[in-house]
Amino acid sequence: MQLGIAGGFASVVAACGWDGGSGVRPLLLDVSRVNDWVGEKILFSKNRLAPDYPIAQRTAQLPSYFISPTMPMLQDPKSWRLQVGGLVRTPLTLSLDDLQAMPGTTYTVKHHCVEGWSAIATWHGAPVSAVAARCGMLPQARYVRFDSFDSGYMNGWDLASAMHPQTILAYGMNDNVLPPSHGAPLRLYSPTKLGYKMTKYLVSVTFTAERPGGFWEDQGYPWFGGV
Amino acid sequence: MTATGQPAAAVPVKRHHWIVRLTHWLTFVLLAGMIMSGLQIYAAYARFGERGGPYYAPNPFQDRAVSRTFRLGGWLAGGLNWHFTLMWPLVIGGVLYLSYLVASGEWRSLLFRPRDIRGAVEMQKYYLRLRKDHPPQGKHNPLQKFAYTFIILLGVLSVLTGFAIYKPTQLSWLTALFGGFQAARYWHFWAVWIFTAFLIVHVILVFVVDPASLRAMITGWYRGRFPSHD
Repeated sequence: MQLGIAGGFASVVAACGWDGGSGVRPLLLDVSRVNDWVGEKILFSKNRLAPDYPIAQRTAQLPSYFISPTMPMLQDPKSWRLQVGGLVRTPLTLSLDDLQAMPGTTYTVKHHCVEGWSAIATWHGAPVSAVAARCGMLPQARYVRFDSFDSGYMNGWDLASAMHPQTILAYGMNDNVLPPSHGAPLRLYSPTKLGYKMTKYLVSVTFTAERPGGFWEDQGYPWFGGV
Repeated sequence: MTATGQPAAAVPVKRHHWIVRLTHWLTFVLLAGMIMSGLQIYAAYARFGERGGPYYAPNPFQDRAVSRTFRLGGWLAGGLNWHFTLMWPLVIGGVLYLSYLVASGEWRSLLFRPRDIRGAVEMQKYYLRLRKDHPPQGKHNPLQKFAYTFIILLGVLSVLTGFAIYKPTQLSWLTALFGGFQAARYWHFWAVWIFTAFLIVHVILVFVVDPASLRAMITGWYRGRFPSHD
């Protein structure tokens, strides 16, 4: 076949495991950390905005997923609250009404999935930076941890990406209330990140000094996950 | 070379600097790894176009992954980590090679320029047996110059489309230049098949036309039929 020579290389690599095995995989993950640094410190700009698309270009069906066996749904949506804490002056307990009362952002952007697909949708929400200002984030905070009620799914973010003006806690999608399939009642959204970085079904936002991991990130996916 | 076009090179000539030889073989191994890990990544979304289509065509691998034998990484994250690791030595090797070409002045014997068109036609005539004697040439004949210039440009295109896919928001101007995220994926993927086709022709020509050039790419010394007229 065409890739016969590459196939010879494959058998060599297969000998030490497809993902690099115990010998090479740690090295690949070290390089991934270097790439995280390059992605955050060199390629990412806190002022650069993702382009806005016309509403007419929205994708009819935006795929979604969760890790629980069935779609995570709240027993009592009224009692849901977002806990904001960690390295802050004033820990907050916010209701959906509280978040919707804050100055909001709406944009229509392209969603990039790590799998290679992309789709366009409109998102409505409150900037994470506004929540950080409201709780009095302390200067020691370097990362943000986002937790969900989807079987422990969580993500850790670098502070710069979390404070980006387009990083929002989204309560609406395509001019409607956020549907359960996309993380109701509240999810993280940002057009500067790959889909798996945007925690759905949020329960808490925690500012930390230590780098939090993430559900997929701990299994080998790039931690920074910026686009 | 004699008047009849037959070679007379018994004396070995130094042909390839160690930087050229090193980067040549390094590129071969790394590119194989890049292509295989790329095929693993492709398997996660085996088409080109926004969700819901329409999809870019032609794509011989629409909705089907390439056989596991030719993939590297085992799963998507594994493929990504290989791809984003091998890209470093591959690009560094490429920059080292191009820097050497510029610094040594050797780019002159490699870069295809408009004045090579005439020579390329003559060379093609020779290969088609429309001309008996081998046209005089420098280190490389004009058709080789064309092929090597083309493949370097393809390498540059692969890196640029790669960046366009890697950071479509931060480098949105670059992504737009290639027609958007999905179009950039498409061109990045097509580069794979052009590289593969080049590799096949390249290896066939080495063995059919000038086997001595293989040794030259390993040891640096050439003792074959086509000594330079420079």
